[in-house]
Amino acid sequence: MIVLSKEKLPIQREQDVVLFRNRIKELATKIGMSLVNQTKLITAASELVRNMLRYGGGGITHLEIVSRNSIPGVRLIFVDEGPGIKDVTLAMKDGYSTGKSLGLGLPGAKRLVNEFDIKSESGKGTTVTIIRWKNGL
Amino acid sequence: MERIPILKMGPFLLVTIQVDLYDRLALTLENDLINMVSKTEAKGVLIDISAVSIVDSFMGRILGNIASMSKIMDATTVVVGMQPAVAITLVELGLTLSGVHTALDVEQGMELLRDKIGQLDKDEEGLYDSFI
Amino acid sequence: MNKESAAALKSKKKQILENWLSNQLQDAALRDDLMSVAELQQQSEEFLTALIKAFGTSSAEDTDSEGYEPIRDILNEISISRARQGFSPRETSSYILSLKEVLSNVLEDRFKEDPATLYREIISMNKIMDSLSMVTMETYIKGREEVILRQTNEMSEISTPVIRVWEGILALPIIGTLDSARTQVVMEALLEEIVATGSRIAILDISGVPTVDSLVAQHLIKTVSAARLMGAECIISGIRAEIAQTIVHLGIDLTNIYTKATLASALKMSFSMLNIQVTRATGTSQNNKQNFGF
Repeated sequence: MIVLSKEKLPIQREQDVVLFRNRIKELATKIGMSLVNQTKLITAASELVRNMLRYGGGGITHLEIVSRNSIPGVRLIFVDEGPGIKDVTLAMKDGYSTGKSLGLGLPGAKRLVNEFDIKSESGKGTTVTIIRWKNGL
Repeated sequence: MERIPILKMGPFLLVTIQVDLYDRLALTLENDLINMVSKTEAKGVLIDISAVSIVDSFMGRILGNIASMSKIMDATTVVVGMQPAVAITLVELGLTLSGVHTALDVEQGMELLRDKIGQLDKDEEGLYDSFI
Repeated sequence: MNKESAAALKSKKKQILENWLSNQLQDAALRDDLMSVAELQQQSEEFLTALIKAFGTSSAEDTDSEGYEPIRDILNEISISRARQGFSPRETSSYILSLKEVLSNVLEDRFKEDPATLYREIISMNKIMDSLSMVTMETYIKGREEVILRQTNEMSEISTPVIRVWEGILALPIIGTLDSARTQVVMEALLEEIVATGSRIAILDISGVPTVDSLVAQHLIKTVSAARLMGAECIISGIRAEIAQTIVHLGIDLTNIYTKATLASALKMSFSMLNIQVTRATGTSQNNKQNFGF
């Protein structure tokens, strides 16, 4: 996999989310992603960035255009230095939430992208990486 | 602070969301709308989301909340104009908004609300009839 | 391959080309309906020039080496274009194999007095040509696969027409297996059309779907849910007896979805949902015939 472009965007307040979403849209449009796939990617990003604000106290997002076997895609990495997730397997289950949400955030986001990876260490923070390929299903 | 305007049309409240929502704005809308329903004794709430390109689980929950809260106050909620891409994404996310009525556009949404209210009136009449 | 044979082949290039071409033209398999002689001549000359040049290099026997790059390019191009034009595998490989014979003849002439060298050189040349014919076949198959892939894509697009059967009613006859990729195409096409026509009811007819397993059912349920979110209702029609059996046996829950056995009954149901009444016109059939302009 090759990284074609990369940039960083810090997320500290809720208003930063709007800018972040717009930037993803620009990247996805640039590689010619279909509207439905764009919507899925941005929705997944929206879920993850909310988690980052709510549980991780904000953090840094990395936005990248990547390419594998000459198929382009958008990769987003969410890094926070919050308390971390105690039980990742449990957090990935539908309907599980420590807050008062629907508990669809993490598992839902995973269903909306092609590749999903989560690493969390108690007390050190959480890193989530997602990729959506241009024409991936 | 930014706010989404709520219009009153007869017994109905009409909201057209023209901007992409962030969480606090959506929460404010929920608050304002429910207060409006209570104040005006509206019988129906119509929310037009045809200009909204992203609905995630939080926004979905707000829509569901508005519907449930209005229902307790005897008002029907209908969400109209959801974009195909948004609908596909919500289904994939696992959110079907089962308590919310939907319609293709404002016109069909209004028709649905009128139908529902007509039905209610009839039901109440029936209740009265069986009473005496 | 030694320098002498390379030089011999180079000096006889014109003759080789001539013989090779006449070999190719003689071959009953040559499709002059698919390719002109002039085209063939130009292509062959280009190829031979590059090949003889490669024979002269030190790594002549390694067809993966840099010297063979232009040759592999030409072969790829030939194989791909022949695969697309509908040449058979035999016709495609005869291109390179007919050259082998000509080259053998030239080498035989050159080393008439030295059978040991001749043997070695023929083996070496054979090795190169065999490996090149492998390249041809590999590319040929790749070319065919591309054709198949393109047709599959076209098919999945063509095979999902959204039909407007009535004011406010759409029908989508699904033919063939529903996989994830297909469902996405179908779903998008249907939802777009619902918006474009303002239709409140969509009938998904699955009479043309060979089997319904839990995955297909899930795809159908997703489509129905998405349409509902937009404010349209779906009816699934064309459910055959064996499909009904599988659905129940697999424990798939379709209770929240309107289902009908035939498209006709689904249409009837849509009419009643939209409060439309269709009645037979009164009057003689004679009148009706006149109305249709018979």
